[in-house]
Amino acid sequence: MRGKNTNFVLAVEDLTVSFDGFKAVDHLSFYVEPNECRVIIGPNGAGKTTVLDLICGRTRATGGSVNFKGIELLNKREDQIVHAGVGRKFQPPSVYEDLTVFENLELSYPRGHTVFGALAFRRDSAVRDRIAEIAETIFLSDLLDEKAAFLSHGQKQWLEIGMLLIQDPELLMLDAPVAGMSVAERKKTAELLNKIIADRSVIVIEHDMGFVADIATRVTVLHQGKTLSEGSMERVQNDPKVVEVYLGH
Amino acid sequence: MHVATHRIFTRQDILAFAILAAVIFVILPLALDSFRLNLFGKYLTYAFVAVGLVLCWGAGGILSLGQGVFFGLGGYAMAMFLKLEASTPENTAIQSTPGIPDFMDWNQLNALPWWWEPFNSLAFALFAVVAVPVAFAFVIGVAMFRRRVGGVYFAIITQAFAAILTILIIGQQGFTGGVNGITDLRTLNGWDIRTDAAKEFLYFVNGALLFVCLAIAQYVRKSKLGRLLIAMRDQEDRVRFSGYAVASFKIVLFCRGADFAGVVGAMFTLQVGFMSHTLVGIVPSIEMVIFCAVGGRLSIVGAVYGALLVNWAKTSLSESFPELWLLGLGGLFIAVVMLFPNGLAGIYTEHVAPRVAALFRRRAPEPRTEQKPEIKAAAE
Repeated sequence: MRGKNTNFVLAVEDLTVSFDGFKAVDHLSFYVEPNECRVIIGPNGAGKTTVLDLICGRTRATGGSVNFKGIELLNKREDQIVHAGVGRKFQPPSVYEDLTVFENLELSYPRGHTVFGALAFRRDSAVRDRIAEIAETIFLSDLLDEKAAFLSHGQKQWLEIGMLLIQDPELLMLDAPVAGMSVAERKKTAELLNKIIADRSVIVIEHDMGFVADIATRVTVLHQGKTLSEGSMERVQNDPKVVEVYLGH
Repeated sequence: MHVATHRIFTRQDILAFAILAAVIFVILPLALDSFRLNLFGKYLTYAFVAVGLVLCWGAGGILSLGQGVFFGLGGYAMAMFLKLEASTPENTAIQSTPGIPDFMDWNQLNALPWWWEPFNSLAFALFAVVAVPVAFAFVIGVAMFRRRVGGVYFAIITQAFAAILTILIIGQQGFTGGVNGITDLRTLNGWDIRTDAAKEFLYFVNGALLFVCLAIAQYVRKSKLGRLLIAMRDQEDRVRFSGYAVASFKIVLFCRGADFAGVVGAMFTLQVGFMSHTLVGIVPSIEMVIFCAVGGRLSIVGAVYGALLVNWAKTSLSESFPELWLLGLGGLFIAVVMLFPNGLAGIYTEHVAPRVAALFRRRAPEPRTEQKPEIKAAAE
């Protein structure tokens, strides 16, 4: 499968990080194609979040390479990685609670990212229109003037997804986007994700298997920092190794 | 009301600024004799530092316990110029080396050190008043923020810098005046700064500069930069992963606080007529944080009142109870942090402002209807 297409958006090869000798991620390789939605699953402590941390520069890798559209990301600063086109959502949702929904989205708008740019930033119609458009997508149009602190947990998740969308990244990484959501919110989020993954590559970490089946193009099962299995949801679910360590209980 | 926060000056801000201007430019000069007015001029210089701290600490979450360093560097730069001007060969004829500052002569120096030479020029001295503190802040900022040092660690390190600079000043007394500081300053380009008229003039210059500083601070707070600072304080990682180089923002912010502090350090020297290490060290640096906390660390106008009130209390109380004052100051700080985390400004917005608003509403019900279209228009 890998040989067929060398036109990957993201090529992770031999990625390793060790914390005091403990290899949280151990010679991991995987490849993400354009418009693919890759879901990473695995038991607690498998290294899922660490993989995202390594790609977006939050944690420094011990070895290996992360190649994004031909750019090596491992020696780049976090903000440079963002500007290269990689967006990251955290778990738990991190939004600016003291600011309104509008202001949260505005700070994420890709303009005025230097000190003087921020001083000179004007809220023009391009900014307002884009924010209105994103707010519509993330179901928060009526709450633009509300402080983020007053949003429900699910709405904060959407807001953070919106903050990424407004940057229009080519690769979107979502850590547990439906964690802590009600059934109704979960359904709406799946709908939202299906809408936004249409024209970009996405890596999602999720535990909810129903949700995974809903959105995944391909699934990677991580176990002790290594790939245990990879492929379609169906294939992974029937893999005896996966059943044993993760799905079998 | 929410929408109004995006304008640089809301009606409330203008009112607050106007009241403060009335206090500084009208009430205090009329109510106080020239000795007391000069004291308040001195307090006003601390107010600048407190305003700088509102930006750094209140908005940006960077607590610096070393603002006295920048205040002192600015003050020393000005004092060096004034001292050289005062040390003419005629004035210092009794020294073994006439023409150099008196303390150098006492310390057996027989020539002016090379790095004092440029301070013969007023232009250079004024430049140094801003440039030296900013350069120093830049070096500290780069060293700390690039390595992601923050919070308590940053506060402690800045305090260490304050201690180091004090020790350096005291230890190098031949170059700095040591424990005595740089004293006996007389004229600025021939203009005698010791007269009452000069002191009054400097008070007003100081007040005007304070408003320049407040206007800049207000602009920063109401720009996207101001909102970004709040975001950085609360969710630094999210800001970083929204594509901002967080360290650069903190460095600029820290330098910003340093230039305010340097300018007023110089104003302090001019008004008080001397500069010494007691204004550089740990205690004054912490006092400046207390002024800011008492006034309200989220309010620039509050910080000015905080600086004025605490200093006024300090002068009055330390005249009567010199030993108890420091304990009282410490107690005040603890009380403010525990009971009124937003200081005087917080007390005003939480308890006084609603009552004032209620009072106005009872008298004139019209303004409410008047506000509505404004909100709609701005929300579009």
